[in-house]
Amino acid sequence: MQQLTILIQQAKEAITHCNDLAVLDNIRVQYLGKKGTLTELLQSIGKLDPVERPKAGQAINVAKQEISVLLDEKKVALDAIAIGEQLAKEKVDVTLPGRKQSKGSYHPVSLANARLEAFFHQCGFTTAYGPEVEDEYYNFAALNIPLHHPARASHDTFYFADGRLLRTHTSPVQIRVLQQQKPPVRIIAPGRVYRCDSDVTHTPMFNQVEGLVIDKESSFADLKGILHAMVEAFFEQTLAVRFRPSYFPFTEPSAEMDIQCVKCHGTGVDCRICKATGWLEVLGCGMVHPNVLKAVNVDPEEYQGYAFGLGVDRLAMLRYGIDDLRLMFENDVRFLEQF
Amino acid sequence: MKFSKQWLQEWLATEITTEDLLTQLPMLGIEVDSTKHVAGDFTGVIVAEIVECEQHPNADRLRLCKVNNGTEIIAIVCGGKNARKGIKVALATVGAELPGGLKIKRGKIRGEESLGMLCSEVELGLAETSDGIIELPIDAPIGKDIRDYLQLNDLMIEVDLTPNRGDCLSIQGIAREIAAKNNIKLQAIKITEQPATIKDTFPVILEVKMACPSYSGRVIKNINPEAVSPLWLKEKLRRSGLRSISPIVDVTNYVLLELGQPLHAFDLAKLNKEIRVRGAKKGETIKLLNESIIELKENTQVIADANGPIAIAGVMGGLNSSCTAQTTSIFLESALFVPEIIAGKARQYGLHTDSSHRFERGVDPTLQTLAIERATELLLSIVGGEAGPVISVMDEEHLPKKSLIKLAEAKVNNILGVTLPKSTISELLQSLHMQVEEITGGWTVLPPSFRYDINIDVDLIEEIARFYGYNNIPLHHPHSPVGFLNEKETERKIKHWRQCLVARGYHESITYSFVDPKIQALLEPNSKALALANPISAELAVMRTSLWAGLLQTVLYNQNRQQNRVRLFETGKRFVQTEQGLLQEEMIAGVITDTDIPAQWAQASRKLDFFDLKGDLEALIDLSGNKDNFIFEAGQHCALHPGQSSRLIYNENEIGWLGALHPHIQQKLELNGPIFLFEIKQEALMQARLPVFQSLSKFPLIRRDLALIVKDTVSAVDVINVIKKIGNMLLVDFNIFDVYKGKGVPDEHKSIGVTLTLQDKERTLVDEEVNEFMNRVINALEQQLHASLRE
Repeated sequence: MQQLTILIQQAKEAITHCNDLAVLDNIRVQYLGKKGTLTELLQSIGKLDPVERPKAGQAINVAKQEISVLLDEKKVALDAIAIGEQLAKEKVDVTLPGRKQSKGSYHPVSLANARLEAFFHQCGFTTAYGPEVEDEYYNFAALNIPLHHPARASHDTFYFADGRLLRTHTSPVQIRVLQQQKPPVRIIAPGRVYRCDSDVTHTPMFNQVEGLVIDKESSFADLKGILHAMVEAFFEQTLAVRFRPSYFPFTEPSAEMDIQCVKCHGTGVDCRICKATGWLEVLGCGMVHPNVLKAVNVDPEEYQGYAFGLGVDRLAMLRYGIDDLRLMFENDVRFLEQF
Repeated sequence: MKFSKQWLQEWLATEITTEDLLTQLPMLGIEVDSTKHVAGDFTGVIVAEIVECEQHPNADRLRLCKVNNGTEIIAIVCGGKNARKGIKVALATVGAELPGGLKIKRGKIRGEESLGMLCSEVELGLAETSDGIIELPIDAPIGKDIRDYLQLNDLMIEVDLTPNRGDCLSIQGIAREIAAKNNIKLQAIKITEQPATIKDTFPVILEVKMACPSYSGRVIKNINPEAVSPLWLKEKLRRSGLRSISPIVDVTNYVLLELGQPLHAFDLAKLNKEIRVRGAKKGETIKLLNESIIELKENTQVIADANGPIAIAGVMGGLNSSCTAQTTSIFLESALFVPEIIAGKARQYGLHTDSSHRFERGVDPTLQTLAIERATELLLSIVGGEAGPVISVMDEEHLPKKSLIKLAEAKVNNILGVTLPKSTISELLQSLHMQVEEITGGWTVLPPSFRYDINIDVDLIEEIARFYGYNNIPLHHPHSPVGFLNEKETERKIKHWRQCLVARGYHESITYSFVDPKIQALLEPNSKALALANPISAELAVMRTSLWAGLLQTVLYNQNRQQNRVRLFETGKRFVQTEQGLLQEEMIAGVITDTDIPAQWAQASRKLDFFDLKGDLEALIDLSGNKDNFIFEAGQHCALHPGQSSRLIYNENEIGWLGALHPHIQQKLELNGPIFLFEIKQEALMQARLPVFQSLSKFPLIRRDLALIVKDTVSAVDVINVIKKIGNMLLVDFNIFDVYKGKGVPDEHKSIGVTLTLQDKERTLVDEEVNEFMNRVINALEQQLHASLRE
C-alpha cells in the first residue's frame, strides 16, 4: 500500500506540473490506461491475501477516482488556457474598414421623384409616361395653345426638321392618357422636358412631374388641398403655401403655387434662395380648360378636374441644399456620391 | 412693362400705399419683376436760379455763378457747359448729401469760393449719362426741395404680364385692376375732343379688313420743329423705361403707356397720295425705323402709300416716312390690328416691339379715336400746330366683339369648391366693368371690350377667384373614391434595377438626351441620329441613339477631375430612326472603369475585365427570375472590342449589348481604360416570374467533378448545352469551377472544370446510376465536342 501512496503522490505531481493537453493525456494513459500502473495494481490484487483484497481494491479504486478527478480538472484548466490563447491570437482590429465595393447612389432627381411618386400613389394616382419627341398637336394645339399664340414664344421649343419637337412640358401626357382612358382619371407623369435655354438657372433639359385629375367633382379647393399636403409630405415639415393667379392656356383658373422658403422659413432675412421674399415658386396648376377636355372628347359640362406641373430639379435642390442647377447634369461623381 | 407708382396713383381717386400695391399685384396675377427708386438717395437739393455767370479766372472749364437760392445770392463754381444766366437749376446746398455719400461742404475751387454744387442728372441718380447740369422749367419755384418739385419719392415698378392680360399693358389697365381690388374709384383722365382747325385730311383705304377693322388718322400741320419735350413728359417716360426722343415720338409713346393704344406718326410731307392697309406683295422690301431692310413675306400686312410699304402693320414704321427734326406736318395713325392675324408676324422677322407686343395680346377696339384725341391734345400743347378732322375708317363686321356669357351659380361653386354668396359674385364681376344680369340659376355677363381673355364661363370663374382671393378658397382634402393600385408582382420596374445597380456600387447619372454628333458617329456610325433644327450648341445637336455617348462623356468629365474609377448607370430613352418611324425606347445602360473594387487594405484590386460587367448584368437579369431566357452571344458592335463583346438575346430578340469599349474609340476620346459598357432595353427586363415552390429533397447530394479538354473554339455555353440536354431530373445543379490553358493542356485547347450536382427527391442515389449518368455525359461530350477527360 505504500506503493499506492507513492503512485498517487507521483501522479498528483505529474498532473500539477503538466502544461500540455497531450502530456496530460499521456499521464492518464500512464496511470489509468489499460496497461496503466493503477490498472496493473488492481490486477495484482489476486496475489494478495483474500482478507486484504477488498480493502486493497477499495483503496486502489479511491486512488483511481482521485487521479481521474485531478486529470479532468486539469483538462478543463488547460482547455481554457488553449482557447484563451487562440482567441488572443485571432483578435482583429475591428476599426479597420470592411472589404467592399464602392458605394453606389441614386440621383437626387430620382430620390425626389420617388418621394413624389410615393405620395401620389398613396392618393390613388397611377404613373403614366409619354414620348419626349412629340408633335405640335400634343405639345401645343391640344393643350389650347394655337399656332402663333404668345405662350408658344415663351416655350423656347427645340424643333426637328420635320416639324416635330421635343416636348417643352409633361402636359402632352394629359392628352395621351385622356385619349386612351375615360374619366375618372388620376395620374402623374414624371419625365424629361426640354427648352432651348441655358444659363445659371436654366438647363436645356430638366425634369417635371405632371399631375392630372378628371372626375365629376374635383375642385380648385381639392387642388389646393392635395398640393399643400404634397409639399408638406415632401419636405417633412409644416409649410405655408400661397396660390397666385397665373396663366396657362390649358387651365382656367390657373395658379402658381409658392411655398414658404424652406431655407429662411419664410422670413426672407438675407436669404439668397428666395431672394429675400420668403416665398419660393414651385409649380403651376389650375382647373383643366374645357377646350382641353373637348380635344379628347370629354364633355366639360359633365367632367371637371385639375392639373399641375412641378419642376422636380428645383424641389430636389431645395430638399438637399444643392445651390447650382448645372451640377444636376454634370454627373461629377463627387456630387453623385453624396446622395 | 415698367411704370411708376406715381403715374398709376394719378389714375386712382384714393391713395394706395406702395406696400399694398406691391403685395396686391402678384396676388392679382401681375408678377412684380423688380422695383427701383426713380432717383438716387439724396438730401438738401433745391430749385435755384443762376442770376450771373462768368468765366472762372483760373480755370478754362469752370464758371463762376451767382445763384439765387430763395433767401440769398450765393457764389457757386460750376463745371457744367450749359451753366448760364437765367436758367433754373438743381442746387446742392452746403450740408447736402448726394448719392454715394458725397457731402457738400463750403470750399474754394481754384481760389474761388463755392457754397454748394449745381447738379447734373447723373449726380442725382436720375440718368445714366448727362450732358451738363439739370435745367429746370422756368416756372420752377426757387427754394423748393427738388425731391418734392420733381416728385422723386417715386418707385419704378417692372411687372411681367402673362400673355392673356394685354389689357394690363397700360397705366389705365393696371389702374383698373387696383381700383377694383381696393374698391376705389378709377380716376380716368378726361379726354376731350380736339376740334379741327384746318380741313386737311388724308385718304385711308382698308384692304385687309379682317386684320385691320379700324383705322383712325389725323393730319396735324405747322408744328414747331424746335420744340422740346417738357420735363414732366420726359420724366414719366424715363420712369417707364423709355428714352425721350422727340416731342412727337414722346407723345405717341406716352399715350401708348397711358392708354395701351400704339400710335404712329408719319411725316406728312413724305407720304404719297394715300394710306392703304394691305397685304405685302411678293418681293416688296421696307427699310425700318431701326434701319434694317426687310424683305416682306406675303402673309404680312403693311401700311403703304402710293410708293409702297411705309410700315409693317402693328409692328414698326418705315424709316423713309418717319418724322425728323425738320418735320412740320404729320399724319397720326391710331389703328386696330387683330391678334389672330398679327400674332407671330413680328417674330418671323426677328422683331418684337411695344406695338407688336400689345397688338398680339389684343388692344381695346374702342380706344382708337380716344387715343388720337389724347395725342392731339398733348402734341398741340407741346409743339403747337393745327389739327385736321379725325378720319375713322371702320369695318363693323370684323371688329372684335364680346358676346354674352351664361354663368351658372352651381358651376362657380363646383369648380372653385367653395360656396360664394350670389351678391359677392355679381359685385366682383361688376367691379371689373362687366355688365351682369341675373337669370334663373345664375347670370348673363357681358365682358368689357378690352378683356380679350374672357370668353367662356370658366374665364369668369377665374376672375371671381382672382378677386375673391385664391388664398381665401379653402384647402380641401380630396374625397374622391378610393382607387386600388395593384402592383403586379411579376413586373420589374426601374426602381428594382436602380436598387440592384446602386447596391453594386453604381452611381445613377442623368445626362442630356441630345449629344455630340461626333461622339455618336464614333459609337454608332451606321445609325442616323435625329438632328435638332435649333440645337443649343454644336455639342448638343443630335438625339442620342444610345445612352453610351452621354455616359462616356461623363466618364471623361470625371477622369479630367482625377476620378479615374467610375461606375455609372442611367435610365432613359434612346431615339432610333427606323423604317417604321422613330423608336423612343426606354433603356438602361452603364459604364464601369479602372478596377473591380476600390483600393483597400484587405484585398488587392485588379483591372476590370469582361466578367465583372457580365456579373452585374446577370444580377439585373436575375431580378426577373427568368435568367434562362437570356442568352449571351458573341457578336460584333462598332463601339466594342471585337473579342470582348456580347449581344444579349431575350426570347430570340436582340435586347442589348455589353463589352469592352473599343480601344480605338477609347484613344480617340482620350479616356483611360479599361472601360466596359452595357445597354439593354428595359422592356426585356420587365417580365418577372412568380416564384413556384419546389419541394426540398431529404436525400443526400452527390457532387462529381469533370475536367474536360476541349478545343479553344468550343465555348462554355456549348459544354453547358450538352450537359443540360443529357441532364435529367437528377441533375440539380452544375457549375464551371475552372478554365485553364497552359502546361499540361495541348496547344489550341483549354481545360474546363465542371461540377455536376445530382440528387433524387425520393431516394438515395446509388453509385451505379451516378456512374451511368456520368458516362452518358462524358460520351456525349466526347462525341459532340470532341472533348476528352484530363488525365
